[in-house]
Parts: sequence; C-alpha cells; structure tokens
Amino acid sequence: MSGLPILSLMLAVPAIAAIVCLFVGDKMSRFVALGATLATFVLGCILWANFDIGGAQWQFTERADLFGRFQWALGIDGMALMLIMLSVFLMPLCILASWDAIKQRVGLYMAMFLIMEVVMIGVFMAQDLLLFYIFFEAGLIPMYFIIGIWGGANRKYAAFKFFLYTLLGSVLMLIAMIAMIMEAGTTDIPTLLNYDFPPAMQTWLWLAFFASLAVKMPMWPVHTWLPDAHVQAPTAGSMILAGVLLKLGAYGFIRFMMPMFPDASAQLMWIVFGLSMIAVVYTSLVALAQNDMKKLIAYSSVAHMAIVTAGLFAFNQQGIEGALIIMLSHGVVSAALFFCVGVIYDRLHTREIDRYGGLAVNMPAYALFFMLFTMASIGLPGTSGFVGEFLSLLGIYEASSVVAFVCTTGIILGAAYMLYLYRRVVFGELTKDDVKAMPDLNAREWAIMAPLAAVALWMGVYPESFLAPMRGDVTTVVARLAPARPAGDAHLAAGKPKPAAAHGEAAHGSSHAGGVQ
Amino acid sequence: MTADLALIWPELILTIGGLITLMLGTFVGDRQVGLYQLSALLTLAAAAAAAVALFGVEATVFSGTLSVDSFGGFAKLLIYAASFVCIVVAPRFFCGGMRAEYPALILFAALGMGIMASSRDLMTLYVGLELNSLAAYVLASFMRTDERSSEAGLKYFVLGALASGMLLYGISLLYGFSGTTDFAGIAKAMGGELNIGLIFGIVFVLAGLGFKISAVPFHMWTPDVYEGAPTPVTTFFATAPKVAAMALMTRVVIDAMGPAAGAWQQIVIFLALASIILGAVGAIGQKNIKRLLAYSSINNVGFMLIGLAAGTQQGVEGVLTYLLVYMLTTLGAFLVVLQLHDEGGNQVESIPALAGLSQRRPGLAAAMAVFLFSLAGIPPLFGFWPKYLVFEAAVNANLVPLAVAGIVASVIGAFYYIAIIKTMYFDDKSDTEFPKGGGAIVEDAVITASALWLSVIGYLFIPALAVLSAGAAAGLF
Repeated sequence: MSGLPILSLMLAVPAIAAIVCLFVGDKMSRFVALGATLATFVLGCILWANFDIGGAQWQFTERADLFGRFQWALGIDGMALMLIMLSVFLMPLCILASWDAIKQRVGLYMAMFLIMEVVMIGVFMAQDLLLFYIFFEAGLIPMYFIIGIWGGANRKYAAFKFFLYTLLGSVLMLIAMIAMIMEAGTTDIPTLLNYDFPPAMQTWLWLAFFASLAVKMPMWPVHTWLPDAHVQAPTAGSMILAGVLLKLGAYGFIRFMMPMFPDASAQLMWIVFGLSMIAVVYTSLVALAQNDMKKLIAYSSVAHMAIVTAGLFAFNQQGIEGALIIMLSHGVVSAALFFCVGVIYDRLHTREIDRYGGLAVNMPAYALFFMLFTMASIGLPGTSGFVGEFLSLLGIYEASSVVAFVCTTGIILGAAYMLYLYRRVVFGELTKDDVKAMPDLNAREWAIMAPLAAVALWMGVYPESFLAPMRGDVTTVVARLAPARPAGDAHLAAGKPKPAAAHGEAAHGSSHAGGVQ
Repeated sequence: MTADLALIWPELILTIGGLITLMLGTFVGDRQVGLYQLSALLTLAAAAAAAVALFGVEATVFSGTLSVDSFGGFAKLLIYAASFVCIVVAPRFFCGGMRAEYPALILFAALGMGIMASSRDLMTLYVGLELNSLAAYVLASFMRTDERSSEAGLKYFVLGALASGMLLYGISLLYGFSGTTDFAGIAKAMGGELNIGLIFGIVFVLAGLGFKISAVPFHMWTPDVYEGAPTPVTTFFATAPKVAAMALMTRVVIDAMGPAAGAWQQIVIFLALASIILGAVGAIGQKNIKRLLAYSSINNVGFMLIGLAAGTQQGVEGVLTYLLVYMLTTLGAFLVVLQLHDEGGNQVESIPALAGLSQRRPGLAAAMAVFLFSLAGIPPLFGFWPKYLVFEAAVNANLVPLAVAGIVASVIGAFYYIAIIKTMYFDDKSDTEFPKGGGAIVEDAVITASALWLSVIGYLFIPALAVLSAGAAAGLF
C-alpha cells in the first residue's frame, strides 16, 4: 500500500463526486453520492486493515510542498483513524437517510454532504496546522447551506447562529496558531506536538484554543447554538452534526491543547472540570424538561460531551481512552437516535413528544432499535455507551472524586430523560389515529438501522477492536502530560496481597459509579 | 532625459493611446464602439506588456521624482487589468449611450494611477492623484441624464476637492518643515526630531490619502458614489483606484515617513480598526447591493491597513497579496451584479429582489456565493489567505491586540455576507425573473475564472504569489 496516496484518494473521491452531483440532476445525484460515500467507506476499511497497530505513530504520511508557506501534509495516528472510520461509516447512512426526505435541489444537497465529508476527514488527516485550520473552518459553509436550505421552519435563524457562533470561536484560534507558528517556526503538527512553548505563552494559547474548541464541542455556556441547529437541521444534517462535527472540538483538545500546552492544561483544568460538571447536571435537567425530541437529544449530546472533556482532562490512560470511546460511541448512537426521530418525523411531520405514544404496537421493529439506542445512550453494559462511560469515570475518579461524583449523577439523569422519552413515545396506549396509521420500518430504514445497531453492540461487547489502535497514542499523550499532572485526590493503592483483589480495588470506586445505571 | 523616457514606456503608451482613442471618438463618431474600444484595449495591453518588460528594473527617473521599480510594476499590472475589464463590460451596460470618452477617461485615469503608484516625490504624487481624480469625477457622472449619476459625480467632486485640499495642506507642511518634496529627503528629516509641523503634515497627508482609499472616517462618499455611478464605473472605482491609492499610501508611509513609524502607525491602526468595524456595521442595514459592496470595500481596506500598520516588509507583502485577491473578488462580484437584470433589461440592484436567485441562475448565484464567502475570508476560499498574511504580519510586529480586534470584527463582517447568501439560497423566489443572455463571453469567462481561482485552486498559486509580492515589496525596503 506504500505507493498509493490513500489519504488523498479518500479526499478526492467525495470531492469529485460533489462536483459531479451538481451537474447530473436530482435522481442521478443520489446514486452518485451513495456510490462515492460507499467507495470512501471501502477505502477507509482498507486503511484500517493496513494500519499497523503498535507501529509508527504517524502512518500513511503524505507530504507535498504545494502551498509554499504550508504543506499538503497528511497522516494519521490511531485516534485519527478511528474518527475517520466514524465519519466514513456514517456518511453513506446519512445519504440513505435523506433518500426520500429531501425532494428539492437534491444535487446541491448531495454535493454539500460530500463536501462535508471531505472537510471532516480532512480535519482528522491534516498534519499541517494551517491545513488543519482550513479544513476545520471550511465545515461551516456546507453546514450553513444544509441547515439553511433544507432545515425546518426557523432554519434561517439557526443557520446564522451556527455560522457566526462557531466562526467567532475559531478566529481566536487562528491568532493563537499564528503566534505558535511564529514561536516554533514550523507549521508541522508532529513537530509542534513536541515543542515546549514557554509556560506564560501557553496560558494565552490555551485560552484562545479553548475559546474555539469549547464552542465546537460545545461546552456550557456556549452550547446554545447546538439545540437550535439540531432542531432545524434535516435528519441527516443532525446525524452528521452530532455524529462527527461535535467530535471536532474534543479532537482539538486531545490533538492540540493537551500535548502542546501541557502546563497550561494542568493549570487551567479547573475551568474544564467546572464547566463540565455544570454541563452534565444542567443540560441533563434541561433535557428532562424538553417536549421536542430533537432538542432532548441535542441537550443529551452536550451532557455526553461534558463527560468527554472531563475524561480527557483526567490526564490518565483510562480517562482519555474512555473519552475517546465515548466520542465514537456517541457518534454512532446519537446519529442513530436522530435517525430514529427522523423516521417518525417523516411519517407524522412533528417532533413533539406528546403527539406520539404506543408505537410499540404498530412499529415493533422500530421500537426494538429505538430501545437499543436508548440503552446505548444511557450506558447499559453490553452497549457501546457503557465502555466509554465506565472507563472515563474511572479515570476521572483517579483525578478528582468530586468531579467523578457529579459526572455520575449526570448518568443517572441521562437514564431518567432517555427512559422518560422512550416511555412517552413508544409505550402507552395507541390512541391517536394518525399514529396508528404509521407503518413500520421499510427496507431502506432497516439498512440504516442495522449497521448502526451492529456497531453499537460490537463496541459494547468487544471494544478492544477500537481501543487497540488508539492505545499507543493515548500513552504518548499521557507521557507528555505526566510532568504537569497534578496529584489526584483519590489515592488509589494496591490492596492487600491478593493480586486479583488489587485490580478489583482500583476499579471499585467507579464500578460503583458506573453500575448505577 | 531620453534614457528616462525609455523607462516610462507604460505611461507613454497610455498617454498616446488615450489621445488616439479620444480622436477616434471625435472623428469616426460614438457609434463605432468596437473601434475605439479596441484601440483602448490594445493600449492597455501594450502598456501592461511594457510594464512586464520593465519588471525587475530598479531606477529613479526625472531627477528622482518617479521611481521605476517592481512595486510600482506590480500595482500597475493590477490597475491595467482592472481597467481592461471595466472597458470590456461597458458597452452592454450603456447600450446606445456608450461614448468614446468612457474608454479614453479610463485610460487617463489608469495613467494617473500608474504615476501614483510609482511617485517618489510629493509633486508627482499630487499630479498623479489629480489626473486620476479628474477622470474619475467625470466617469461618476457619465450618464448625463441620470440624476443619481450626476449626483454621484458632484458629491465625489466636492468631497474629493476637500480631500485634495487637505492633502495639499499636508504636503505644504511637510515641504515647509523638511525643505524638500523628495520622499528620501523627507525621510531624512523625519529621522531627526519630529516637530509639530511634520506631525501635522503626516496627519493631513494621511487624511487626504485616507479619502482616496475610503478609510473611515473619510469614507462618507463611498456608498453614495458607488450606488449612483453607472455599474461599470463603480466596478472601476472599487478596483483600480483602490490598488493605486493603497500602493501610494504604502509608499508614502514606508518611504517618506518610515523613520517616524511611531507617529503614523497610530493613525493607520485607528484607520484600520475604524474601517473594519464601521464597514461591517454599516453594511448590515443596506438594501442595495452596490452600497453593500461599497461598505465591503471599506471593510476590506481596513484589513489591508492592518498589514500596513505592521510597517514591515512582510506586512507590505500581505498588503500586495491582499490587493490582488481583493481586486479579483471585487471584479467578479461586480460582474455578477452587472448580469442581474429583469426581463425589461433594467438593472436589479435591490438585495431583496435577489431572493431565490440560486434557483433561477444557479451558476451566477454560486459564483456570487464564492465571492462573498471569499470577501468574508472564510476558508477554504482563497480570500482567507491574504487575511491570514496581514494578521500574521501584525502578530509578528507585536501588534497582537490589533490582530485580535480586527479578527473579531471580521465576524461582524461575515454576518452581512452570509445574509446575502441567505437571500440568494434560503429565501423563496422573488418575482424578478433574471433572464439569461446579453452578457459578453468575456464577462462569463472572467466570472468563472475568478470564482474557480478563489475557490481552492488559488492555494496552488501561493508560492508564485509569494515570490511576486516579495519581489515587489523588496523595492520599498
């Protein structure tokens, strides 16, 4: 595989398909988009199959000095690989999800989704700071169109809010990047990762990056664009927004802020912990009070992302690995949940929870899948959510027991709002006539639900497939952070002589926390 | 003397070509549009070729009053290119009202601008500036029977005269306190102790030049003139004179006022921030696309001034790259505006009427979207790159607060750009039909080419642009 520039190829396929979609008319463009996203997915699988776990940190590197001041430098490590896989896996499902729902300007729509795909995987592949920024920002344009053209009634407001909010955050990061390039004299990310910035400078750079990434993430209190964007976006738009775009913020945390500014990260971790704790509890409570399904899931995303940030800033192996697994799991599960909402929205054209009820009677297959994803979102053992939440809470507990305690309440609240949602929509009496008339899943919807469900279970039963490629990278980050890491308040110690007990003891605090489900 | 003449070929060609064009209009009549248009275009092409041939020559001519260098050459090429396009698009817009004065005036304006860009003496500076301005006043009121056009010309003239007065006052102060009109001599005087007279001179000169680049607070004329002037003329105003005035301003502050950086830097920083913020905020309520683009040009000038405020070679390179990209974007945007007409052939300038344009003319709307996102500086469009360069120059010159303020204000600017895109893409179709046709192939070609270039393709040209702008900027240092 060494000769083939597979990463560039993965960017080129959807990019070319996007241009084709603009010209081939509505019907054809659906097939072109599906074909291109599937081809990219196949390329992604080849990438994964050829990824050498435990090999060099950066693999499949490509470098072309195209732009003078910065380079077309691509390359992936395990974390990037997994997030790329998530993107290319979700993309064909998004195209399928919009197959019938989008009727107007289909060519443009498909083109925008394909550009979105290019941009997303480009962010994860970029090995040059400026290239990264360009990809990172470029995502605004297609998403602006997707929300603004094909969104709901209040779509224009939501599109503006999304665009300006995230732009305002990112521009500060650009200034920080300029300062970094000036200080280190290079735009090469692997070099920057090992560059020691002066501690005083780190603080400012950290704050500038934080301003940008916290908005993308989104963290409380700058999360308010997310519910609006989600509610107004078309189903596939919400899927991709929740599935991949929200991961860009966390990816920026672990790729840039933590290894590049370790001192500032340790010094300012209280900000992250504080905001995460507020977010977990507050947004969960807000979610509990929602009557709009999409809004509810949007707020639950904010809560899940808060556990991710807290897990990342635990500065230890379990915390970061757990956070990464939550990112992947949430990517699959929240996309699936948004699709579940989309399925019934297509039938009844309302997202109001009260308008539904008793779906288990006439849509059993739908009820089954919805149940699975609800449980995965709550973190039931055996589903993807459990693995990530358990690991990250374990890591957080090592760093701070208070934070772990507060984050755990979020999981209890999560169970509350998700089960409450499920009860109102799926259980109860089937009384409403229009709800009675709703047919169960069709073949296309099965084709979307089944892979999502399979991955959610796979990740829950055998997470090692996903953890293995990332373990080495997490170790590198942890080693980089080690000198700056503050001592945790949970002084975990090996127990009495029995070796097995020592393991049990270490996990005790959080298995308790994770077991409250 | 004769040796000097050999170094100003572009100016000579423009002078003679302009006169020939004028004669042609008089002798063969205004009906022979093709003939005098061709003569004007050939003149510009020849002048551009001469400028290219002189690239790399570094000399001063006519006792040090004019400088022949790559900096001026770079600016001239941009000016000639913009003038060329503005002549090409004119006949269709004016229909029967096209007269030979139009191309002739543009040629004379281009001549004046070339002198502005290469002057290194206060006197040549003023002569070049006035030659350009006089032609521009007439061009603004070119549609004699149209009230708005006449109003635009008059307004431009009155305010322009005021600005010239301020500039002259500043020039006289600089001359009086330094004893010379030569840029190098002034720089020498500024290297010593700055007295109050020189400082006043700096302030007035910069005020006069600020008017020409329409920097806030000297921008008041811009929206009115841009709106009232015929669209091809507005296209011209928004491109070529911006390049010339910006080049002139760069040369004055670097060459003549270089040693007094502390004095002019504050002024330039103020002009930059005020232009960015007011250009962004002022545009929000606009209903006329030409007025909006006027505010957009004010806003963009502010960003260029950030590069200038850095006062370094890197900053000047940023300004030059910015000028090139800005010129292409603005040309494209105005050409799109020129294509917007209803079934009756009337120009459509109202923004609400653009609603749903993307469904009626998808290609045109897409090109406009590219131009607007590019003007807003959103990557991956190429408009991002010059913004990056000027911010980088500012950060490198330890002007971090300026860079932060500028970049945050750029978000306000993004608001109105995306508001037009919203109108074109999200809103329901308006009643206006926007039929196709009438546009010359050249127009479509320019729109397509610049839109493609400003999308990601432009990034491939960064190395070439860097060499070009570095060569040009080196002429000043």
